[in-house]
Amino acid sequence: MRDDDAPRPDADGIDRRGFLECMTWAGTGLLWSVAGGLPQAALMSSAAAATPAAKPFTFLQISDSHVGFSKPANPDALGTLKEAVARIKALPEKPAFVIHTGDISHLSRDEEFDDAEKLIQEAGLPVFYVPGEHDLLDEEPGKSYLRRFGGKARGAGWYSFDFGGVHYVGLVNVVNLQAGGLGNLGAEQLEWLAKDVAGLSSETPIVVFAHIPLWTVYPEWGWGTSDGAQALSMLRRFGSVTVLNGHIHQVMQKVEGNVAFHTARSTAFPQPAPGTAPSAGPMKVPAGELRKYLGIATVDFVRGDAPLAIVDRPLAG
Amino acid sequence: MTLSEAASAAVSRRGRHLAALAVVLAAVAGPVLPAAAAGPAATVTIANFTFEPAVLDVAVGTTVTWTNGDDIPHTVVETGKTFKSKPLDTDDSFSHTFESAGEFAYFCSLHPHMTGKVVVHAAD
Ligand SMILES: [Cu+2]
Repeated sequence: MRDDDAPRPDADGIDRRGFLECMTWAGTGLLWSVAGGLPQAALMSSAAAATPAAKPFTFLQISDSHVGFSKPANPDALGTLKEAVARIKALPEKPAFVIHTGDISHLSRDEEFDDAEKLIQEAGLPVFYVPGEHDLLDEEPGKSYLRRFGGKARGAGWYSFDFGGVHYVGLVNVVNLQAGGLGNLGAEQLEWLAKDVAGLSSETPIVVFAHIPLWTVYPEWGWGTSDGAQALSMLRRFGSVTVLNGHIHQVMQKVEGNVAFHTARSTAFPQPAPGTAPSAGPMKVPAGELRKYLGIATVDFVRGDAPLAIVDRPLAG
Repeated sequence: MTLSEAASAAVSRRGRHLAALAVVLAAVAGPVLPAAAAGPAATVTIANFTFEPAVLDVAVGTTVTWTNGDDIPHTVVETGKTFKSKPLDTDDSFSHTFESAGEFAYFCSLHPHMTGKVVVHAAD
């Protein structure tokens, strides 16, 4: 059973039935739109041309803004977030809302959260957050995050909402991490998820978002979620499942049956591709090339059974 | 509260602040050594998401200091929670004095694939 008190974008014509029309990366944000519940990708321009009669809507994903980060990989993380917000505002089609997949702040400091929140609000869109591990570094872990962004979320900050006939689930996989392990959802959250989707028709498109990838990207660097497969098994009956994550600061994608996995770029700094460096962490790139690594990818969903495709579109270059 | 009571309360508050300041100044003015510098000391470097050395062997009474050399914060959390650092930003340090023998496994709570161990043996 879904929780009708769960947070959702208020106003803006939200209903509980509709169609995901297409999805598109723009700026440092991933812009999604949906049609017919089955994903197909194309460039933003051709997507517009191919849009079916049903009124499309889009939403946007930004991730890993790390406000407060000021190391050589990007001395001005707030500045690049500002550029991302400017891109959002300049989009020809206004997204319905924004999803932020965590690491809003770098060290969970009040001024970092304040700066990030103020800037992201300038986009003038409802924003749905999930925390990254950098957002839970306060004295009482997560207190500050939940006070600011928790809304009506449960537990450590998980919730679901509906928009345009799509069911969105925000999960938290960055608390109570165990030595030697990966990201973790935990029994309480998995139990909630099972109940949350139990009443939904299998035709309902599902979008799941969380900070750390729910699929195993690279366990050597902790890029995965130990109980992510349990969550995904609860979604197996749905015809269209899209999993959006951040954390790894680069675009990665995989399609497995009806599940499309995608990770978003950071608005702050790049990280190396798995195994190409001694470790994860902020990657310094030649001067003037940062925005190539913070770039753009375009993804579209349209009606039909064409495969999902995501086109990277760097911010610059 | 009378005016003079209020004034004396203000004075005593200021007094406490001054006392606290004096403690801080004393700490700053003193030699830059950890409090337990009298005992043996050892260091662990955090670099490239790795504790180095991953296994450290020390005698009881040793103060171990971890220093983060990465451009990303890490923590040092003993698995049994007997000690736990705050998030360590670049170049931040955390020290813990091991008062009893045993094996102390620890990890970074932000990046739990980062693990290390301190083996504490009885002093000779
Ligand atoms: Cu760490």
